[in-house]
Amino acid sequence: MGYTDRSRIRNFCIIAHIDHGKSTLADRIIETTGLLTEREMQAQVLDNMDLERERGITIKSQAVRIVYKAKDGEEYILNLIDTPGHVDFNYEVSRSLAACDGAILVVDAAQGIEAQTLANVYLALDHDLDVFPVINKIDLPSADPQRVKDEIEDVIGLEAQDAPLISAKCGIGIDTVLEEIVARIPAPGGDEEKPLSALIFDSLYDSYKGVIIFCRIMDGRVKRGMTIRMMATGAQAEVVETGYFGAGQFIPCEELSAGMVGYITASIKNVKDTMVGDTVTDAENPCGEPLPGYKEVTPMVYCGMYPADGARYPDLRDALEKLQLNDASLYYEPETSVALGFGFRCGFLGLLHLEIIQERLEREYNLDLVTTAPSVIYKVHKTNGEIVELTNPSNLPDPTEIDYMEEPVVSAEIMVTKDFVGSIMELCQERRGRYISMEYMEETRALLRYELPLNEIIYDFFDALKSRSRGYASFDYELKGYEQSEMVKLDILINKEEVDALSFIVHSASAYERGRKMCEKLKDEIPRHLFEIPIQAAVGGRIIARETVRAMRKDVLAKCYGGDITRKKKLLEKQKEGKKRMRQIGSVEIPQKAFMSVLKLDDK
Amino acid sequence: MMKPLGIYIHIPFCVRKCLYCDFLSMPAPETVRARYMEALGEEMAAEAARYRAYRVGTVFVGGGTPSVLSAAQLAGIFSCLRAHYAVEADAEITIEMNPGTVTEEKLAVCREAGVNRISLGLQSVDNRELRRIGRAHTWEDFLEAYRMCAAAGFANLNVDLISALPGQTRESWRRTLQTTVSLRPIPAHISAYSLIIEEDTPFYALYGPDSGGSAAAGVCPLPDEDTDRDMYADTGRILAAAGYGRYEISNYALPGRACRHNCMYWERGDYAGFGLGAASMTDNRRWSNVRDMAAYLSLPADRKKAEMHSLSLSEQMEETMFLGLRMTRGVSRERFAHIFDRDMDTVYGPVLERYAAMGMLESYGGHVRLTDRGIDVSNRILADFLLT
Repeated sequence: MGYTDRSRIRNFCIIAHIDHGKSTLADRIIETTGLLTEREMQAQVLDNMDLERERGITIKSQAVRIVYKAKDGEEYILNLIDTPGHVDFNYEVSRSLAACDGAILVVDAAQGIEAQTLANVYLALDHDLDVFPVINKIDLPSADPQRVKDEIEDVIGLEAQDAPLISAKCGIGIDTVLEEIVARIPAPGGDEEKPLSALIFDSLYDSYKGVIIFCRIMDGRVKRGMTIRMMATGAQAEVVETGYFGAGQFIPCEELSAGMVGYITASIKNVKDTMVGDTVTDAENPCGEPLPGYKEVTPMVYCGMYPADGARYPDLRDALEKLQLNDASLYYEPETSVALGFGFRCGFLGLLHLEIIQERLEREYNLDLVTTAPSVIYKVHKTNGEIVELTNPSNLPDPTEIDYMEEPVVSAEIMVTKDFVGSIMELCQERRGRYISMEYMEETRALLRYELPLNEIIYDFFDALKSRSRGYASFDYELKGYEQSEMVKLDILINKEEVDALSFIVHSASAYERGRKMCEKLKDEIPRHLFEIPIQAAVGGRIIARETVRAMRKDVLAKCYGGDITRKKKLLEKQKEGKKRMRQIGSVEIPQKAFMSVLKLDDK
Repeated sequence: MMKPLGIYIHIPFCVRKCLYCDFLSMPAPETVRARYMEALGEEMAAEAARYRAYRVGTVFVGGGTPSVLSAAQLAGIFSCLRAHYAVEADAEITIEMNPGTVTEEKLAVCREAGVNRISLGLQSVDNRELRRIGRAHTWEDFLEAYRMCAAAGFANLNVDLISALPGQTRESWRRTLQTTVSLRPIPAHISAYSLIIEEDTPFYALYGPDSGGSAAAGVCPLPDEDTDRDMYADTGRILAAAGYGRYEISNYALPGRACRHNCMYWERGDYAGFGLGAASMTDNRRWSNVRDMAAYLSLPADRKKAEMHSLSLSEQMEETMFLGLRMTRGVSRERFAHIFDRDMDTVYGPVLERYAAMGMLESYGGHVRLTDRGIDVSNRILADFLLT
């Protein structure tokens, strides 16, 4: 294709709150422009992974190129860049936005603006994107487009009275959206004659082609044979292929030039060489400055991952290695637990990222996993001046060596309807939140700002938020920094033996409550044995809570009838098999799921 | 030298299925019963060649309820048995019967055929308890049947009882025990099981792990575990006072009246099983017949077997332990060493030690046996004697 005329290119993304219809709109646009027939479309083309389809969220960035014949008679190239839709992936979102020139803001005609919508709009405006609103789901009986339009103007300050009223689901108003894209999103700038600078917004590992770099060309051009350099990582490679994104396939092309969105392959073996946000340039004629905004992504949440069957440790290692090929933000290193044997300490961007990796390991690699309580990174200031970054509670230095500890704190925005303000404030209070401000967006909805310790929100905060607001609250956060805090290590003793995999760091004020809940939960999870089992929670050797699993009193085989020994033996075998699925701690057998059940302790 | 053999004959019919019962048994019309008896006879005849080297020391006709058969059908079983098998003169021959199906004519036929032991299902003397578990008879029906058996000249009678029934209290269970030992003539043998909620029974839906507990509306609750064990202790005490010794986890007998056929299973004697789903073992090979009635009826007489399995040496050791430990006399170390040519301790040392330390197993006079506490939780312990 010979399109180099930048005035006919539009690079844009769609921003929306979860469930407001982002992916459905993307599908309709692709379908309407005839890129795929309806039959070829599996619902939601852009969400490739099964997981993405099931959860209705986008995990990896995606892009697709569409050719649209506008009402002015000209053909335009529309590059739609789909961004991840979760706070865990905020950095990835920001890089995808940086690759665009404009954004469509999709707002649900019934639900209006949510905290996440706001966060994403502000992010887009920060990147100088032209944003225009679209009101979706007008087919719903509860739709109130005028209210939502007013809200968009009042809350965000975007002109919204002429916003297209559409239903992506029913295919209403899609043409208007396409015309608006052409009319309202600016054509890309840039200069083909300048040295190459291209922004990496994602990359993918392919076993045949090596790493496939997703990028937006800012200046210059790139073609086969050229040697490129990644400016932050310093990696160099010779370009093998350039191309653009068809729906679900890569279509090679001669070259990519300023303003275009496409991919580059260069037989690169590791996605760690092509970090999101890095700048691709010409190794022989480099640009002066890398593009702004690059940062190294560091995991925020850590947990231990162990194979349920110890013999599968090598399989877990191979699986993590493979996943990391495609996910530069996944971190892992081997660790050993007394209770769980050999496994890995893994680092993630957030809890969703953790859950995704866990599910992929279980589904795609058929592994049964035991994971330990997720932990944030604490900074331990030792009396000798040393600072330890603690990712595994078991490595906490002796209390006598600790001067003080710091924990990460986030700035959170919670949007909630008026009726639930009280219960949400209560929740934030319980989670050691510091109230910052509250403003009413309109009569019925308020935006609460809190500072919350990260470790209070990584377990189950989102679930608690949803249940206490009957699903109406929305939530967004970003890391603010570290603050000194009274943290202690809570240990769990089962039958008087400390179980390292169950230890975690907690604020001293919540230690008792959490210890008590863990003991209660474990009491339910640990089957009765032939002897009584005390379950204790301890801080610094002092017992703060206790429960007891009573001894089993009866487990007798009934009548063994007519000499049918085989059947009775099967019962005994079943019993023995059950034991194998347990972890032996001293003389106590603990089911695998007990290690995980203690992660969700909020009972409201 | 002829080898000893036990014979089990399965009659998979009953008046109606009890709510707790997971045995292979169902009500069936007369036509099915007739065809079954024919097939059973053919099987016994066809299999006889296999047992030429055996003499039959015990016979057990169980079910189901064998006494639902007609007198002629009962007579047929025993004549077929004697026609094809060498039954010892002093063989123990037992038949199971349930109240409501016993007649003088059937008893006379059995007596004539050499039956010398009758096992009667009572379960409880409380009619409300009987109704709750779906039994097809009352305490009064039982008394009548028991009287008839005694009158027909049967001196070796067993009574089956079940404890821990829905709504049962310790008092009512004691009353069941005391009433049973007051029967005259006194039963020679009492089987007293604690109710087990088996899968695929109506009780599993009511009381099983997925039932949401017995708190469901209108469901009469089961006694709790502590009460259950108290009942088990009551059983031992009351029966001991009446002269019964416990020789197996759930079986009690007056001196010299332990069921020989029953002991044969625990001691791994050779036995042949005939009829639907019946299990057999000879020369360390186990097999069983098909469990599907239509298949049993249609398959040729010598082709009714579903599974055959040769026991490895370690499987034989496992069985020796988990079956033998059900007997109160336990397992003889000397016998173990004799059979397997190695010490019990070299195979099971750590398990024996662990449970001995917990007071659940004990050694005495060259035997290893479960203690009372061990019996309560015997499943857990026996499972640990599995070697694979």
